[in-house]
Amino acid sequence: MSVLVYIRQVSGRPIPLRGNDIDTDRIIPARYLKAVTFDGLGQAAFYDERFDAQGHSKGHILDDPRFQAKGSRVAVVNKNFGCGSSREHAPQALLRWGIKGLIGESFADIFFGNCVALGMPCATAGADVVAALMQAIEEDPAHDLTLDVDALRASYRGATYAIDLPAGVRKQFLEGTWDGTRVLLDAGDRIRQTAARLPYVQGFGK
Amino acid sequence: MPQTLLDKVWDAHTVSELPSGQTQLFIGLHLVHEVTSPQAFQMLRELGLPVLFPERTVATVDHIIPTHTQVRPFDDEQAETMMREIERNCRDFGIRLFDRSTGHQGIVHVIGPEMGLTQPGLTIACGDSHTSTHGAFGSVAFGIGTSQVRDVLAAQCLAIDKPKLRRIEVDGTLPAGVYAKDVILHIIRTLGVKGGVGYAYEYAGAVLDRMSMEERMTVCNMSIEAGARCGYVNPDGTTFDYLRGRPMAPQGTAFDRAVTWWKSMASEVGATYDDATRLDGSTLAPVVTWGINPGQAIAVDERIPTADTFPGDDRAVAEDAYQYMDWKPGAPIAGTKIDVAFIGSCTNGRISDLREAARVAKLGKVRPHVKAIVVPGSQDVARQAESEGLDEVFRAAGFEWRLPGCSMCLAMNPDKLVGRQICASSSNRNFKGRQGSPSGRTLLMSPAMVAAAALEGAVSDVRQVLGGEGR
Repeated sequence: MSVLVYIRQVSGRPIPLRGNDIDTDRIIPARYLKAVTFDGLGQAAFYDERFDAQGHSKGHILDDPRFQAKGSRVAVVNKNFGCGSSREHAPQALLRWGIKGLIGESFADIFFGNCVALGMPCATAGADVVAALMQAIEEDPAHDLTLDVDALRASYRGATYAIDLPAGVRKQFLEGTWDGTRVLLDAGDRIRQTAARLPYVQGFGK
Repeated sequence: MPQTLLDKVWDAHTVSELPSGQTQLFIGLHLVHEVTSPQAFQMLRELGLPVLFPERTVATVDHIIPTHTQVRPFDDEQAETMMREIERNCRDFGIRLFDRSTGHQGIVHVIGPEMGLTQPGLTIACGDSHTSTHGAFGSVAFGIGTSQVRDVLAAQCLAIDKPKLRRIEVDGTLPAGVYAKDVILHIIRTLGVKGGVGYAYEYAGAVLDRMSMEERMTVCNMSIEAGARCGYVNPDGTTFDYLRGRPMAPQGTAFDRAVTWWKSMASEVGATYDDATRLDGSTLAPVVTWGINPGQAIAVDERIPTADTFPGDDRAVAEDAYQYMDWKPGAPIAGTKIDVAFIGSCTNGRISDLREAARVAKLGKVRPHVKAIVVPGSQDVARQAESEGLDEVFRAAGFEWRLPGCSMCLAMNPDKLVGRQICASSSNRNFKGRQGSPSGRTLLMSPAMVAAAALEGAVSDVRQVLGGEGR
């Protein structure tokens, strides 16, 4: 089994993705799901928002020269980010584009869980905090944004911002137990004992 | 202390409290389809792990399967590769696959219930957000991503936080021409597409009590569009009657023992909820979406709301919708010309949906400019419909009668919108580009409303199309 990977903070050039209710069909259109691997999804992130039918850029922020940078990235989003389809291809596409963590007003539940499984913290912050952070980034995007899982604090250009994560998820990142399979298998016999207590698993005593 | 169904199901399936404070939750039924599973099986191979409970895992093919042909190999090489992959994975890991050769293939959320796999009191997971459908039986059912599919395959468990619970009571009696689809679209419109984030929804009240299982499935199906990962209805006589005699349901005296247990899992009077709300079903009208998320919905006789009617936060999404849909705010939605009519999907592809649509289809002909397709939710639904002659009703009216699959709900198969086409659709999502064209437009409505739109060539009030026929 894999070694534990502790996630205390993620840091990188920021990318603001403005708008409420950005659904996973928009993050990765369904036609890119027709594959048996997640390879190459980074290039397709937000494809139909970025390019017209002829493949010409529509000037999406992912292609804005001001927001180009190498290495890890941290996204800042508004409300209900990642709603809709459960496709893990959405966080996979963002991750492969470079986004290692997100800060937003709120996240859809399934998207949030998928991100945990990939080691991508989705920290929440108040609307005013997100607005201030987005404004600071848009004024000058050429700095690293740090999402500190341990301190529950984001920092950018010397300013700090309060962020939050559910206690359990924060613990998973800090203790390296976010990669679920090995932790779940640790329960061993207790899984079968739970199953044995459920009358339907026993066919209702048939 | 009186408990809710969510409390009881959660407690019964708790393996342990994880060090993180989350629950390690046993999954009673794992449903698998071809799109979100191949990477999970690959991860399992890399970890050298078997599927822990193959007998509690069931697969089918629905998303990429063409609805116009059975011929293999498929023209689409990527689709053919995905088919071969799920066939290989089910073979290698000992999982039952309901493919077309079995006669029971269909949309995963249609076949689970009709085979009797979906039962009260279970936890159900599937790599598909519309897994909430199964909550109609009083199960706790929710969508998961591919890494979690791996976890459930390997450990039959998930690490998960218990959601909060909101009770939604729909009182009164639905007027004629108003369906389960209208109820859930109205709920989403009222509580918002993010209203359910962090919550499970318990649906109750006189309207839900009177609904058939298929109607309850339509309501629970779209819980996720309200932001709620799962939604359920407490099991009752309607539930038990539906399950009796289904192939995978308990049989004989085991069924009677099952009913006793199922009844014991229902929410008790006096149980506490994190939130509760009431709606009056008697005042509802047929609903149509006008925007780019399922909460942007109005009654068919209303006008597209103007931006100033939205709270500041939602105004930007409304403006985005006007532009994408090319609408004038304040204009009526009725009379909007449509190009395509789609009847099907895990929301509305069941036999009762097809019966209601056929009642309308009988009354006229599809307008020449409209491409209209009917896609049954499963091979069982198709056989039943054909035995009732519904396929002939649809064909005679000018609809195409297709093979079962997800079809144009998400367009991962040859059924897609083209360019700026407008589709009257009985599916569940009107997101930008959802139906396969990056500029395609979707109007969600009930199957009967889609049939009415096909006959009129434009968004129409099914109550008027049905005229005196009523309900």
